[in-house]
Amino acid sequence: MIELVHLTKEYHASGRAAVAGLDLQIATGEFLVLVGPSGCGKTTTLTMINRLTEPSAGEIRIDGENITASDPVALRRRIGFVFQDVGLFPHLTAAENIGITLRLMGVPKREIEARIDELLDRMRMPRAQFGARFPRALSGGQRQRIGLARALAARPSVMLMDEPFGALDPLTRDELAPEYRALHDALGLTTVLVTHDMTEAFLLADRIAVMRAGHLVQSGTPHEIVSKPVDEFVRALIENPRKRAHDLARVMGAA
Amino acid sequence: MSGLDAAWASLPEYLGWHVLLSLSAILLGVAISLPLAILSARIRVLRGAALGLASIVQTIPGLALLALFYPILLGLSAFTQTTFGFGFRALGFLPALAALTLYSMLPVLRNTITGLTGIDPAVMTAARAVGMTGSQQLLLVELPLAAPVILAGIRTAAVWVIGTATLSTPVGQTSLGNYIFTGLQTENWILVLFGCVAAALLALVVDRLLAFAEDGLVLRSRARLIGSAAGLALVIGVSIFPLLAAAREHPIVIGTKSFEEQYILGALIGDRLEKAGFTTQHRDGLGSQVIFDALAAGDVDVYVDYSGTVWSDDMKRTDLPSRAIVLTQMADWLKTKHGITYVGPLGFENAYAFAMRADKAAALHINSLADLSAYARRMKIGGDFEIFSRPEWRSVENAYGLRFGVQRVYQPDFLYRALMSGEVDVISAFSSDGRIAQYKLKLLSDPKGALPPYDAVLLVSPAHAHDGKLLAALKPLIGSIDLATMQRANLSVDRDTDKLSPEQAARVLEANVAIRARQRHFAP
Repeated sequence: MIELVHLTKEYHASGRAAVAGLDLQIATGEFLVLVGPSGCGKTTTLTMINRLTEPSAGEIRIDGENITASDPVALRRRIGFVFQDVGLFPHLTAAENIGITLRLMGVPKREIEARIDELLDRMRMPRAQFGARFPRALSGGQRQRIGLARALAARPSVMLMDEPFGALDPLTRDELAPEYRALHDALGLTTVLVTHDMTEAFLLADRIAVMRAGHLVQSGTPHEIVSKPVDEFVRALIENPRKRAHDLARVMGAA
Repeated sequence: MSGLDAAWASLPEYLGWHVLLSLSAILLGVAISLPLAILSARIRVLRGAALGLASIVQTIPGLALLALFYPILLGLSAFTQTTFGFGFRALGFLPALAALTLYSMLPVLRNTITGLTGIDPAVMTAARAVGMTGSQQLLLVELPLAAPVILAGIRTAAVWVIGTATLSTPVGQTSLGNYIFTGLQTENWILVLFGCVAAALLALVVDRLLAFAEDGLVLRSRARLIGSAAGLALVIGVSIFPLLAAAREHPIVIGTKSFEEQYILGALIGDRLEKAGFTTQHRDGLGSQVIFDALAAGDVDVYVDYSGTVWSDDMKRTDLPSRAIVLTQMADWLKTKHGITYVGPLGFENAYAFAMRADKAAALHINSLADLSAYARRMKIGGDFEIFSRPEWRSVENAYGLRFGVQRVYQPDFLYRALMSGEVDVISAFSSDGRIAQYKLKLLSDPKGALPPYDAVLLVSPAHAHDGKLLAALKPLIGSIDLATMQRANLSVDRDTDKLSPEQAARVLEANVAIRARQRHFAP
């Protein structure tokens, strides 16, 4: 269980609170999707969980342990992180990228190699074909699969994902998103995913948390959000995919 | 072309020192610049300061930067001597190394900072997110990614340093610059070209090898990296090996100042000592003050100075007693103050003198410096680099009330041409210069005795004060060269046709010395 207790992030330069006193719990095994408009504080909230961003105030507890007081390096090694830009190391091969966290942890080489094989299989990218390739020789979708494999390598129980499918072409996205959801279930992961794509949120989430201007506006299952939006803002947000589906049906019908 | 033979013969020594010096400077430069750049990439304030300083260093002319380190190190050495009881050599390798190290820093600093700050921020986010510590981010991500850019900086630095290292000759460090400086002084353009081509080739080879390594980094080709490293190791090994072989021999270091006569006498001394079984090393083209300090410090073991120079520059004397008194007092002072041994006078004087074209002097009825005072205001005087800042010049100015309309400074070889072409009316000259006779110049007399005597004198360093074998090998030179002989020798190197190399002129001179020695031997 991840507990965000009155979590706050203020930037000194602007004096503005990107996240203001956020309280949120994420149950073990839950798939939580954080949504909201650009600048609402959802990415800041996400990156505070592995302390890529240091909170100004408040607490983050993972399974009861206050992680704001512990070593951030050790913390990050047990949390998977996937983001839109992927950030594969360009000077390392696909296999070396996947093995990096284990290498940092001093895991024996043989075990690392076995784990790389296993993850490449799971990503349906056979090692013989892809293992020795450098990131520049991979497609966008292949890169994000390697990024995902890299995040999973150290067998984290928590995965943080910042618009992981945002830069992918629609076909690849529609393939990779459900694949990840399946992985989440199979591995018993706890996932926090940030997106501004409401459709993606509805299709993936166990629970959706809507943020605006650093505050939590509403959190609930997709069904709860759709049936009982707390205000006009949330209503507008959920109207968007519905309206698009409607428009699409009309265009398709006319054809 | 026997000058070229001599050039080839000195190549192992010159190239060896050039490579050793450049290599040390680049390694030291990288060792300083790399950590500084890594810090600077993180700390913005430091970045401005480091790059600013390195850029300023870059704007200082290479020769001046090298020259500046000599007094700095001399002061530092004096300080450590009095404070900690040990000194170090302020001449030669150290000042050259210090200056070249500074010179090498800017490209390495700039490229390393550019390389580190130019890394995709997403990659750095990933580096933190996978759980790298700060030093792991640096070693596993930042440095490997910046490596090609850093190496490109090192490549630029290497080419700069190899080029600039030719300027280390005047501070007493042997390098390929020895060809260039000796060639310039003796107007041996082939020698100058030889030095330039050798330095350029070395720079080119190193540049290509480093470029190959750069490709290796970019393409992650181990073969290229190994090939490049092997090539560099070969170049370094082959060049430095002769030095290591020679280093075991403790050579006698012969110093020369930067004009023909000195090169000839240096070669003459070298030949004699080699024949007497010594191994010798030459430090050519040293500045007047530099060479004296070097002798006192033992960086140079033997050289020829001039009594008037020691009298006014080193002893800071302004009075002008007779020649005999100057010599005895100088010998005393050298021994007691510096432990330097005065072996004796060579037999000729190379005094400061002032010369005019004979026709012009005759037309104006000018015979002496005193006659000049009426015309000086409307005249132009040319001098070498030193004369106008020397006490002798002030003494002449004051004694005869000379105030010239225009003062110009020339490289010594161009001085005579300036006089003959009428660019200047009077020049400073040296009495032993062969060109005075060649151009039939009028030497102006010094009725008031404003100029001190300038006997060529042989001096030996404190360490060899009791080296009987060395002194015995040098003794036959005393009193063996008269003014006419020296003028002829100087002219044979200076003239435009049938030019001899200083080494060849030294052999002619040696024959003279031998004849004189025999004459003395058989004299009753």
